[in-house]
Amino acid sequence: MSSTDTAPVASAGGDGRAPAPRGVAGQRSLFDREILRYAGVEALKKLDPLVQVKKPVMFIVLVGTVVTFIESITHTTLFSWSITVWLFLTVLFANFAEAMAEGRGRAQADSLRRMRSETEARRLTEGSVEERVAASHLAKGDLVVCEAGDLIPSDGEIVEGVASVDESAITGESAPVIRESGGDRSAVTGGTRVLSDRIVVRITAERGHTFLDRMISLVEGANRQKTPNEIALTILLAVLTIVFIPVVVVLQPFGHYSGATVSVVILVALLVCLIPTTIGALLSAIGIAGMDRLVQRNVLAMSGRAVEAAGDVQTLLLDKTGTITLGNRMASEFFPAGGHSEHQVADAAQLASLADETPEGRSIVVLAKERFGIRERELTGPHEFVPFSATTRMSGLDVDGRQIRKGAADAVRRWVTEHGGSVPTGLDDLVESISRQGSTPLVVAEDAEILGVIELKDVVKEGIHERFAEMRAAGIRTVMITGDNPLTAAAIAQEAGVDDFLAEATPEAKLELIRAEQEGGRLVAMTGDGTNDAPALAQADVGVAMNTGTTAAKEAGNMVDLDSNPTKLIDIVEIGKQLLITRGSLTTFSIANDVAKYFAIIPALFVATYPQLKILNIMRLHSPTSAVLSAVIFNALVIVALIPLALRGVRWRPSSAQAILRRNVLIYGVGGIVAPFIFIKLIDLFLTAVHWY
Amino acid sequence: MDFFWTIVAMVVLVAIAWRFLGQYMVAVYEGRVRYLGFIERPIYRLLGTGPEHEQSWKRYAGSLIAFSGVTLLIGYLIMRIQGSLPLNPQHLGAVPPALSWNTSVSFLTNTNWQNYAGETTMSYFTQMSVMMVQQFVSAAVGIAVAVALIRGFSRKGSSTIGNFWVDTVRGCLYVLFPVAFVAGIIFVSQGAVQTLGGPTHIKDVLNGVTQVIALGPVAFMETIKQLGTDGGGFCNANGAHPFENPTGLTNLLSLVLILLVPVALTYVFGTMVGSIRQGVAVLAAMTIIFGCWLTFTAYAEHQSNPAVAAAGVTHQPGGNMEGKEVRFGDTQSALYGVVSTQTSTGSVDGANDSYNAMGGFGLLTGMMLGEVSPGGVGSGLYTILLFAIIAVFVGGLMIGRTPEYLGKKIQAREVKLAGFGILVMPITVLVITGVAVSIHAGRAGPLNAGPHGFSEILYAFTSQANNNGSAFAGLSGNTAFYNVMGGVAMLFGRFVIIVPTLALAGSLAAKNLVAASAGTFRTDNTMFVGLLIGVILIVGGLTFFPAVSLGPIVEQLTHHKFFGAAFGPVLSTFTPFGHLLSGGIL
Repeated sequence: MSSTDTAPVASAGGDGRAPAPRGVAGQRSLFDREILRYAGVEALKKLDPLVQVKKPVMFIVLVGTVVTFIESITHTTLFSWSITVWLFLTVLFANFAEAMAEGRGRAQADSLRRMRSETEARRLTEGSVEERVAASHLAKGDLVVCEAGDLIPSDGEIVEGVASVDESAITGESAPVIRESGGDRSAVTGGTRVLSDRIVVRITAERGHTFLDRMISLVEGANRQKTPNEIALTILLAVLTIVFIPVVVVLQPFGHYSGATVSVVILVALLVCLIPTTIGALLSAIGIAGMDRLVQRNVLAMSGRAVEAAGDVQTLLLDKTGTITLGNRMASEFFPAGGHSEHQVADAAQLASLADETPEGRSIVVLAKERFGIRERELTGPHEFVPFSATTRMSGLDVDGRQIRKGAADAVRRWVTEHGGSVPTGLDDLVESISRQGSTPLVVAEDAEILGVIELKDVVKEGIHERFAEMRAAGIRTVMITGDNPLTAAAIAQEAGVDDFLAEATPEAKLELIRAEQEGGRLVAMTGDGTNDAPALAQADVGVAMNTGTTAAKEAGNMVDLDSNPTKLIDIVEIGKQLLITRGSLTTFSIANDVAKYFAIIPALFVATYPQLKILNIMRLHSPTSAVLSAVIFNALVIVALIPLALRGVRWRPSSAQAILRRNVLIYGVGGIVAPFIFIKLIDLFLTAVHWY
Repeated sequence: MDFFWTIVAMVVLVAIAWRFLGQYMVAVYEGRVRYLGFIERPIYRLLGTGPEHEQSWKRYAGSLIAFSGVTLLIGYLIMRIQGSLPLNPQHLGAVPPALSWNTSVSFLTNTNWQNYAGETTMSYFTQMSVMMVQQFVSAAVGIAVAVALIRGFSRKGSSTIGNFWVDTVRGCLYVLFPVAFVAGIIFVSQGAVQTLGGPTHIKDVLNGVTQVIALGPVAFMETIKQLGTDGGGFCNANGAHPFENPTGLTNLLSLVLILLVPVALTYVFGTMVGSIRQGVAVLAAMTIIFGCWLTFTAYAEHQSNPAVAAAGVTHQPGGNMEGKEVRFGDTQSALYGVVSTQTSTGSVDGANDSYNAMGGFGLLTGMMLGEVSPGGVGSGLYTILLFAIIAVFVGGLMIGRTPEYLGKKIQAREVKLAGFGILVMPITVLVITGVAVSIHAGRAGPLNAGPHGFSEILYAFTSQANNNGSAFAGLSGNTAFYNVMGGVAMLFGRFVIIVPTLALAGSLAAKNLVAASAGTFRTDNTMFVGLLIGVILIVGGLTFFPAVSLGPIVEQLTHHKFFGAAFGPVLSTFTPFGHLLSGGIL
């Protein structure tokens, strides 16, 4: 909880949306030439039957190609060769789609690998003597020294010292971050560079299992496991494939009984057209591309399962600071008390804040200048700043015999009473009314006299209210997590438009909230960074650890946000949904396409025996052979045509399930029925025009 | 009765039953109805079980299979030795082995495919102890499976789905028996026969021959045959026989009885899962499909018979009357045919084989959709729920969530079981039909050549794999090949769907509920009804389109138009022509 306020502020975009992708993922155009070349080569390599057999739908196509190939050799016709070539192309296109998705990951992995240069580590031996070893020889538990200019050799925890570290190689964030021993900011990542000072790091990663290694294998999709939903969909596709085998095979005896000679080539063509090749070809590409989209937003998902779960999330636990409000509170008003003037309050407050370099302190100085033209003063006489401490909960200045303090109401009140002063009437009411509005009151006092109150306002991000309304419409509950008191929390919750809030949140309270939500049958997503967030991150269905966080937090979560921007939780949910929608839509499209293909092929198959069946040739295709070939060509080309959609994903906008369903059923269901009628006809016209027949 | 008013009366009666029978059935299966406890309890004691012995899905399925195996065997043996058994006034001999197998399977599986003429093959004892008993029991088993699946949806984190024996006994005692009994009284009052006295012999003095009028315990078998969506009649002519279906009232009542339980089960479903709207959505999908098929088939049968038209009679105001009972006419017969094939009943009050090509298409494709509108007792609901799971899976993905139905996550296991359950029927039909048209024993079956002959074979296996039991009578089904293969088709179509359905129930019952929100895929609105209908039509259409093209579609196109609309001069004495032509032309 403690560190989100120091997350790179630049990323806390004003409109509550994540900033443009950058960093490790970079951005490549969909048709980057390098990737295209890679995909072309891989598509051929993937023809290996051992690879194909893992994809039941495409395997059937490959087998069918072999059958028509043999048939073409024994009974050579232009038609059978054309079909063979296009069936082969169908397999190639499917391979190409997958290789495209993988290629994008590979390109990213390569850039990461370049970073993982073989470095030398300075290992500390028992007697605190340094020895130089290759980074790859470091074992878990080793202690290494890093000084300014050194690359940190592996993941670890700082046990001694403090340093500024350049993590841009991983996060893309150019501003260096401070890492120090103890607390929540002690983790360092292999491959980042120490810019200043000296630190001693205890290695926490096993050889070959560093964060960088994991990242590389993740973006490469090397050990990609099929996700639960992907498995379920594969089963459905297998069912749809299996059922069409007898449908097509029995046409041979059926045709024979009816006195028709049924061409094997046409039967194979029919089978390939009926089985869901479109989604079968694009399914793995969709999964890989989903992970890829996350990487592009600098989020690493440890498993595809987590990405899928993100789509199902019904409750978002959002940290107030940095997600709902801008990182810092700002002074917004001076309230005088006990007969003092607003100007007096402002003057004292400004003096007390001169040495206060916190954003809150700066904002007081700025407000004083804006309101009363009080300039920053150079203090020439003898003076002493009183810094903030957790015990006094005040800060201020002693100058010219004046003692000026600002701080929490009860702390200042005690200080005043101790110094023989009295608390003006109405102060308590004032303090409480400010709290109730979600602001923080800071009481200003001078020499045992309370002057007034500064209101520090939490600034809710612009546009966040609308964003939450969208989430609500999409059935996602938003819960704000804050350490503030319930009064303040309620006011901010109201202003931001979250559905619920958890005030004075402790890690235990958070964990309990997650459990309660899950017991009610809701999936929960949250962000966290501190070690004490680890149990909650592990319990949540989607736990996004901030990269600035501790190793414990990163290990407990199932995603890591390299930008450490909690707002991204919303984007992650979006990506999860996109992934599932793309699968569903393309499945629907694939099945809907079958209707037109039937009307192209069935009349062609039997029209010689039953000329009356030509009435079913509602597309008025030129000839039986051109009809079959057109359907096969359409079937192959539609894979290529849908690669960009598979990689980019079908758009998701937060709205009710009904609206989304209506839209997608219309586009992919109805469109899936209509589109092939048009395109098969066009292909047929083209084939006829070029006198292929 | 007028076609329109028949439908109105049917809809009103079924709607009333939906509400009240549904509510009653919920109470029955939740164990709140106990007025026959004095019969119920001894049965449980005998079986060593009881309502407190909840079963896992495996035990439930195991009990079901064991019970079915035993009754299959008993049925077979009774037919084989009926000659030595009592209540056999006609002294009918043993039923041949292949036919006994086919018939025993047929009644076990709620199919009631009959490769025999009941009145001349089966003794009263056989009719009552095999046919009628199975008509009760197989129906109760079907309902039990549906209720078990509903429990899968309504329970949460449960390892059990009910008790097979209890569900079956309760279904018989509290649902089927009382309704069939009351309806039976009405049938008897209308003139349906109910006697063990044996056939009546009438001496035809004019021709000097003796005519045998078959009688028997018909009326009560008639009501359970409809109520249990079994369909196997006492006589060969089934619902067209005046002793089975004597009046317009009994005809209407037959329709209502058929639809009663399958429709009421949607109420049970809605109530037990906690939202009646869910049941209404399923019922709406059923009703819309039913309505479309009825309109199509009735319209097709209202057209002229092309063969009669070819013989010069172009004006046929009564529609296609070949093979129709004059009492019922074209559209009423079509209504009966659609009700019978959209459920798993298969009883008929006309000759399906003589329907116009598109009328036959309506009956055939009604079954090919998996009989879900509203389908057989129990089987209609559990089959449409399998389709619903697939619809939810694809639709749910499209809204960006891993799919859930009624709060249950639909994952790999559910998709596997539902998908498997759905593809069993089409694969069985297509493969066995493929075998039949390829070998001599199969090709010898149909009386007609060309597309109509093909339709007869296709219809036979579609009917049996769907546990329907209606037939295109042109097929000579009583051969070793058709008896054996038909039995296989019926067993597959019944148990290879029931077992995954129960596994599904077990898997769903064990799951926890996911909370509903605005982001949840809703399964109680128009959109879902449309999607569900879409999935049913697409699956049915894609699997059977090529086969149907070669049968009814080609046959119809041979007449050069989809619907012959030739209206000529009035043909008042139509029926004699129908009889004249039925043998000769088609």
